[in-house]
Amino acid sequence: MVNQSNKVLNKNITKLVNQDYQYGFSTTIEKDIIEKGLNDKTIHLISKKKNETKFLLDFRLKAYKMWKQMPEPEWAYLQFPQIDYQDIIYYSAPKSQKKLKTLDEVDPELLKTFEKLGISLTEQKRLANVAIDAVFDSVSIGTTFQKELNKVGVIFSSISEAVEEYPDLIEKYLGSVVPIGDNYFAALNSAVFTDGSFCYIPEDIICPLDLSTYFRINDQKSGQFERTLIIAEKNSQVNYLEGCTAPQYDTNQLHAAVVELVALENASIKYSTVQNWYSGNEFGKGGVYNFVTKRGLCSGDNAKISWTQVETGSSITWKYPSCLLVGNKSQGEFYSVALTNNYQQADTGTKMMHIGKNTRSRIISKGISAGNSKNSYRGLVNVTNKALGARNYSQCDSLLIGNLSNANTFPFISVQNSTTKIEHEASTSKIGEEQIFYFLQRGISLEKAVELMISGFCRDIFTELPLEFAAEADKLLTLKLEGSVG
Amino acid sequence: MNSNSPLLEVKNLQVSINKNEILKNLNLTVKKGEIHAIMGPNGSGKSTFSKVLAGHPTYSVLSGDILLKGLSILDLEPEERSHLGIFLAFQYPIEIPGVSNEDFLRLAYNSKQKFYNKPEVDPLEFLTIISEKLKLVNMSPTFLSRNLNEGFSGGEKKRNEILQMILLDSELSILDETDSGLDIDALRVISNGINNFMSPDKSIILITHYQRLLDYINPTYVHVMQNGKIIKTGSAELAKELENKGYEWLN
Repeated sequence: MVNQSNKVLNKNITKLVNQDYQYGFSTTIEKDIIEKGLNDKTIHLISKKKNETKFLLDFRLKAYKMWKQMPEPEWAYLQFPQIDYQDIIYYSAPKSQKKLKTLDEVDPELLKTFEKLGISLTEQKRLANVAIDAVFDSVSIGTTFQKELNKVGVIFSSISEAVEEYPDLIEKYLGSVVPIGDNYFAALNSAVFTDGSFCYIPEDIICPLDLSTYFRINDQKSGQFERTLIIAEKNSQVNYLEGCTAPQYDTNQLHAAVVELVALENASIKYSTVQNWYSGNEFGKGGVYNFVTKRGLCSGDNAKISWTQVETGSSITWKYPSCLLVGNKSQGEFYSVALTNNYQQADTGTKMMHIGKNTRSRIISKGISAGNSKNSYRGLVNVTNKALGARNYSQCDSLLIGNLSNANTFPFISVQNSTTKIEHEASTSKIGEEQIFYFLQRGISLEKAVELMISGFCRDIFTELPLEFAAEADKLLTLKLEGSVG
Repeated sequence: MNSNSPLLEVKNLQVSINKNEILKNLNLTVKKGEIHAIMGPNGSGKSTFSKVLAGHPTYSVLSGDILLKGLSILDLEPEERSHLGIFLAFQYPIEIPGVSNEDFLRLAYNSKQKFYNKPEVDPLEFLTIISEKLKLVNMSPTFLSRNLNEGFSGGEKKRNEILQMILLDSELSILDETDSGLDIDALRVISNGINNFMSPDKSIILITHYQRLLDYINPTYVHVMQNGKIIKTGSAELAKELENKGYEWLN
């Protein structure tokens, strides 16, 4: 009978968490697509389509050469069928006849797509305090508020534009934080990346708007390999937000991004993500494979980089936003909520590399697993012998919903000096039958009960999100976890 | 409905868990204004009975019926039974991390308000309401900001249960061993709370092992439960007799 009641509970929870994915539509649009498959020719073709310099072509070819020799990493707590890298389209872009001068020239079908996603690129309806770069499959569609930002010297554009207009910055910083051969997926990205965002905040400037990129995978067969580079010069500050969705296909799409952040002396970068790629259906079919390398370099003294992520989508998430704390007294932060349901698998966490003196890092990770999902935190805190007086605080909490989900924590701490202070806390709790019955007995519905427990569990993270995103994240989790009660 | 009609009628109730029959042919009628104490040895089915009344999904009702104000509640969800006036004070109140006591209490209160098409109250109004109730169980307002039952002592948890009973103003309250684990002072506070709460239009079922609770709360009837059914019913005197002679005496 215990089994029977578990079934009742699981049925209810399943109903609750299986909300329809509201971004699952796809857009029909004339596309410029290259043949699927990956070889030297593909890379020359991408580079040519993007009118790239020799520097970038060499960068790509070198990366491709390294990638071919690397084995696919198998250490993550993830299970998925072999990815056929020859069955992926590496370039897919909406067809456009000429170079666009303003957003008004963008294909209305595309504008409608982003409109439907709640992202308005047209002049009248733009979010007042956020500049947005919209990336559709392989290319950036448009960037809002560019002129306004240019006035204070802030550069916010697609990476393709930056490659043409700011080659010096690109050559100096591209691959400087995540080297070409850093890992299998970073190498793949370096070889075939197509677009992404570029931000440059000049010295002494506090960026007047939050910058945001919205990524949309549309094509069924194409992978998305975006590249983001953010540079914050001395004494500058920027808030960056990233959102992502994809249509509902029963095949898997590959998304392998690289994000590099550079914060110089006294600079501060806050990078927030709400990731909502399609996560597959309730039987685990379809969904995005999300293999992402995100790393920030605090190169100057007192620099600060803060990662906040709300991971709810993707069938597989492999992602470890990290900080290299090189400058003395520099700070790294990682705040994460990862929610998995059905057959989703997430292996996510962070690396904090303490190199400078008196560097500080803070890790707060919240994993929620429902259904048959697997949710793992994997973290590394590495303090070198020179990082005297370094401090780290880590907190990893897991919340299990139902009886079939799985939560793991793999913290790894390495300290090579005696003046470092490290704190680590971890907890596992469960939303089980008895907890829910307690709420029900007090007249509180199942959905309210779960919502209250989830939002209480995530509170520490949501307060870190910028206002616009906090509302979206709350809505997202509620959407994923709210529904009819059986 | 006149005051003499039964609030709760349990008829030939047969309940099992894991195919083990726990309740066998249980009959009980509770009228408004009555306090029924249920005593009995461990494993006799007392806690099962309380959870079945509240609609816990683990248990299967094989036959019989449970009527609340004349209507069967067997097909009702636990939250519906709650709205209709059934309250269960748990023997082991569960700890809920991350959810503040105040949020929980307000949500419970508002859920009932909503069910009866009454306006929901905002946090400020609620604070006024709950502050009054806190005094009745001698609880400090600092309890409100703590997480629900998390890190509460045994006595604090039990007091929190009585606070919820008072807040929801339930008509039929089932108190499952609310007296166990309490010191003498806490027992007195909780008993006072219960006595003040009790009124001619409410009923209480007290599940207890000890006569000492009945020194403070005067039951209308005392039932002895054994092997899943009520084998003897008497007045408060029966509890005293049991205290002296033990359950063996009944066999």
